[in-house]
Amino acid sequence: MARERGQLVFLEGLKSAVDVVFQAQKEPHPLQFLREANAGNLKPLFEFVREALKPVDSGEARWTYPVLLVDDLSVLLSLGMGAVAVLDFIHYCRATVCWELKGNMVVLVHDSGDAEDEENDILLNGLSHQSHLILRAEGLATGFCRDVHGQLRILWRRPSQPAVHRDQSFTYQYKIQDKSVSFFAKGMSPAVL
Amino acid sequence: MLDSLLALGGLVLLRDSVEWEGRSLLKALVKKSALCGEQVHILGCEVSEEEFREGFDSDINNRLVYHDFFRDPLNWSKTEEAFPGGPLGALRAMCKRTDPVPVTIALDSLSWLLLRLPCTTLCQVLHAVSHQDSCPGDSSSVGKVSVLGLLHEELHGPGPVGALSSLAQTEVTLGGTMGQASAHILCRRPRQRPTDQTQWFSILPDFSLDLQEGPSVESQPYSDPHIPPVDPTTHLTFNLHLSKKEREARDSLILPFQFSSENTKSSLLRQQALLRPRPGQATSHIFYEPDAYDDLDQEDPDDDLDI
Repeated sequence: MARERGQLVFLEGLKSAVDVVFQAQKEPHPLQFLREANAGNLKPLFEFVREALKPVDSGEARWTYPVLLVDDLSVLLSLGMGAVAVLDFIHYCRATVCWELKGNMVVLVHDSGDAEDEENDILLNGLSHQSHLILRAEGLATGFCRDVHGQLRILWRRPSQPAVHRDQSFTYQYKIQDKSVSFFAKGMSPAVL
Repeated sequence: MLDSLLALGGLVLLRDSVEWEGRSLLKALVKKSALCGEQVHILGCEVSEEEFREGFDSDINNRLVYHDFFRDPLNWSKTEEAFPGGPLGALRAMCKRTDPVPVTIALDSLSWLLLRLPCTTLCQVLHAVSHQDSCPGDSSSVGKVSVLGLLHEELHGPGPVGALSSLAQTEVTLGGTMGQASAHILCRRPRQRPTDQTQWFSILPDFSLDLQEGPSVESQPYSDPHIPPVDPTTHLTFNLHLSKKEREARDSLILPFQFSSENTKSSLLRQQALLRPRPGQATSHIFYEPDAYDDLDQEDPDDDLDI
């Protein structure tokens, strides 16, 4: 329904990738970098985002405070983009979505963990420094559990309000259900109480 | 020492991390410079001008000269608004100043520049900017220059960080414990040994610097003076201690394989019983059925040892 109302714009990366690789494109495609041998930047992808956020000229009220969801940035690294190019793309999205349109961005990126992936680490840390809120989902240190699927660490970074609780870091455990997630404090899962 | 960081001039590196951000300290030092009457230039690459100016009162904001490289740093919009030459061009332009007024240049952030520019070029420009007040033989007296560079440690390898570190007169590494921030300050004065010091601090909502003694004891998260500490050894279902009788019984116990140094009759009898089983006593046998593939060699493998 949101899509019909024009409230949701969805770029299906996998399908678009097939289009750009197997069909000739007249105009620059958001995933143009897949065709280029030395793609330097993600400017076409950013321009797609900016176009999608332009207010539609119709009689209805304009949508305000957009939210950009990116799922997920680590794929762009796997497709050959450099970490700095991806950071530049996010920088420009931030300038448009957060600063110009007063919206929010939610970005998913994978942590390479023990595997020493320098590019991924630069991307992850670079994004962390740009973020106001970091949610880190990880498995339990003790291994798999049927009733507790993992734990979520929440870190607030609000340099513009320095006195607001320096130690704003929380950890919750969670269980994923059919269409929702239930959260509880560490060790307080109903299954173990 | 934290509040007199800019007195030396030169390059001051603020090394922060994801957990301990450094922008608040950068803003606090910028505010201090502005209040001292210095000219303050901000090269803003990482956050918008509104976000950087947030929290400063109008008096401070009026004294800041903001160079905005956040909106379109790579000139993707192809307008002429971007400063020609980008942030590096703006830095180079600052090398050519002839003002006697002391100036502070804040780079937000140095990491942003280091990720996109060659390290050698950046170091050369930083050196030229931060040392322009100490050029020998220069007749014009250029005011003291301080360059504050915010560096996100996790983004760079040891090479570039080491190069910047060698250029810096002062390095401040942010950290902390128990919610309390600390700054480890390494200061290199000319012709003197480097000094280092750790200063605990907090930044107030108006970006004033509040120096502190150390993490306060009251801030420990789990201690509450109204709840007495619980003794975990009460109400156990097992014994942790021995009674006097139990201790005596334990001390007088003779261990089966411990033989006393005195050759008493009982000790010798025990030894014999253990080491030489009596005939008729059940002894263990080993039955070995060799496989077809086993290579049984009747020679003693230790024959060739010359013992």
